[in-house]
Amino acid sequence: MANWLEDIELGNRIELGGWVMDEAEMIAFARKYDPQPFHIDPVAAGASHFGGIIASGWFTVACWMRAMIRQRNEQMLKYQPVRDEGPGPKPQNGPSPGFINMQWPTPVRPGDVLTFSATTAEKLLMKSRPGWGIIRSTNQGVNQRGELVLSFTGQGMVTSKPQS
Amino acid sequence: MPEIKYYWEDFAPGEMAQFGEYHVTKEEIIEFASEYDPQLMHIDEEAAKKTFIGGLCASGWHTCAMAMRMMCDHYLLESAGMGSPGLDESKWRAPVRPGDILSITRECLERRASQSRPEMGLTRFRHTMRNQHGEVKMIIEGNLMFARRHPGAEA
Repeated sequence: MANWLEDIELGNRIELGGWVMDEAEMIAFARKYDPQPFHIDPVAAGASHFGGIIASGWFTVACWMRAMIRQRNEQMLKYQPVRDEGPGPKPQNGPSPGFINMQWPTPVRPGDVLTFSATTAEKLLMKSRPGWGIIRSTNQGVNQRGELVLSFTGQGMVTSKPQS
Repeated sequence: MPEIKYYWEDFAPGEMAQFGEYHVTKEEIIEFASEYDPQLMHIDEEAAKKTFIGGLCASGWHTCAMAMRMMCDHYLLESAGMGSPGLDESKWRAPVRPGDILSITRECLERRASQSRPEMGLTRFRHTMRNQHGEVKMIIEGNLMFARRHPGAEA
C-alpha cells in the first residue's frame, strides 16, 4: 500500500494505540539484548539511580514498531488499494536508511501504559537515487502520566512520481 | 555482577576499540521480527526474495539490539554505565543477513561532565558495525552516561 512521495501529506498523525509494558517480556528482551543490571535485576535496579527495573530503550522502540506494523496491517485489510490499478508505474516503498534523534527522556517501568503515535514531518528527494525520496516522521511514546518516554525521527524510502 | 572497571574518566576522545563476533542466524532474525517487526522481508524466507530487499534480512531494530548486546558484552557490563538519554542517529547502510558475523569498531568522539549532576558524565561514541567481509552494516552515534570515578572533579 505505497504512495508517491508527492502524495504523502505532512502533519498527518496516526495513533498506534495504548500498550501495557509487560515486566516479564521487558526483562526477557533485556536478558537477550541489553543485560545491564538496571534492566534485568530488580535488586540491582532498586539500588541504582533509576530506583527499579526500567525497560531497555531498544525494547521501548521495538514495541513502537510492533504497534506500527499492527496498525499498518489493519489498514491494509480495511482499504483496497484502488489507486494502484491501471497501467503505468506503481508507487513503491523501499528500505529505511535509519533513524535520527532517538530520545528516551523518561524511563519506562513495568506496567506503564504507553500510547504510541507517528506523524509525517518532512519529505525530501534523494540526490543519490533518482526517482526516490525519503519520508520522515516524528514517532512518539507517551506514558499514562502524559510524560514523553520515546521520541525519534523515523525514515522510509518511497518512490517519487514520474514526470509526465 | 561483573566488577566495574571503567568509569567516565576512562574513555578518552580519539580512542578506538574493536570487538564482537555475533553470528546472525535465520532463526533469530525470524524470531525477533515475528514479535516486533513482522514484515515479510524479516519473517518469510521465500516471500522476502520478492521484496525490494531481495531476501531475508534482520529488522533494523534487531540490528540495533544485536549491536547493544555486543556493547554490553565487551565493555558496558564492566562499566559504571547509567544508560543513555538518546542517540543522534543510526544509519542502516546494508541489510544484515543470515550467516553474517558482526563486529563493532567503537570510536570515542567527545566527553563532557554533567553540569547538573556532578556524579555523572556523558561520552559520545560512534559505533560502526561490519560483517566478516568488512561491509559496513550500521553506524550509530550518540551519548552514553557513566558514573564518574571522581565526582565533581575538574574534567
